[in-house]
Amino acid sequence: MQLILSPPPDQASAQERLRVALQDGIPLSPRPYLTLAQQCGLSEQEVIEVLQTWEQSHLTRRFGVVINHHKIGYTSNAMVVWEVADSEVNRLGAAISRTGLVSLCYQRKPDGPDWPYNLYCMLHGKSREEVLQRMDRLKAQCGLQETPCAVLFSLRQYKQCGGRYAHTKPPVSVKEVL
Amino acid sequence: MTAQPINPPIMRRTPHDPSDYQLDSVDRRLINRLQTGFPICDEPYAAVASELDISEADLLKRLRHLLQTGYLTRFGPFYHAERLGGGLTLAAMQVAPEHVERVSTTINRHPEVAHNYERDHALNLWFVVATEKPEDVEAVLAAIALESGYPVHNLPKQREFYVGLHFQA
Repeated sequence: MQLILSPPPDQASAQERLRVALQDGIPLSPRPYLTLAQQCGLSEQEVIEVLQTWEQSHLTRRFGVVINHHKIGYTSNAMVVWEVADSEVNRLGAAISRTGLVSLCYQRKPDGPDWPYNLYCMLHGKSREEVLQRMDRLKAQCGLQETPCAVLFSLRQYKQCGGRYAHTKPPVSVKEVL
Repeated sequence: MTAQPINPPIMRRTPHDPSDYQLDSVDRRLINRLQTGFPICDEPYAAVASELDISEADLLKRLRHLLQTGYLTRFGPFYHAERLGGGLTLAAMQVAPEHVERVSTTINRHPEVAHNYERDHALNLWFVVATEKPEDVEAVLAAIALESGYPVHNLPKQREFYVGLHFQA
């Protein structure tokens, strides 16, 4: 009996070539998947099937745009970190996510007495005041008024790759990591 | 690398500077629509154009223009880094104000660093490291600590509750 553990090498390399081709984004032509197919030695239908498989198996989160949120007016951005009991992380993470006030919510490993925070979220606004108002609403809606926290506004952006860097195979969109 | 202020001062621009472009209502609808995903079918632009009641040619022209003028920084797939087998972490450093520029340059020299922000806290430099293999993360952080002379906090993700980077344009 023969066990097939991975796709045949030529198919694997075609998928790899597709990832590399997608580093520049989706081609801006009426048949973008045909354009990609020609670059990768696949058929248009094969490209569509591979992309659907990636989506179904959650290798990709979604296809779409990364917007420059500063440019459309969201100039104030704060990372908010909370110190919550381990037994409360799941409940509060879900509650924060449901408010519609944050763009991200992650549990991260705390790091010693100086950095006890384990729950992170991002708040955005068109001014600091707007971000702080959202922060107050978040606290009220989730019962976080007494929870130790820190608000870290962005001051400067020293690097922003927006998810594309040539050294990485496969390319990873990291816009969403903070 | 020169730091870019988050709130850049208003600068004098030439009349034809593409960054002066102002979004119209169709651009806004297009940006809002594309933040929710893109069809995987033979003619995806035609499908989105028909949803927005514009022509495919108009949509492609607008999309090209929004990328050129910097309203959009990328149009493509978002991957799940960990599921692709890569390493990913958030790291932070507490750096003396007079060393922030120097240390930022050191951090940014590493191609694995995807973005790097200064934030107003004692831990003032925050950056993301993405590597092909999970075990490479530690080596990048160790190199940055050695080169900068400052310790690096590694703050890996333990659980993701929500990712919804949508902004109403």
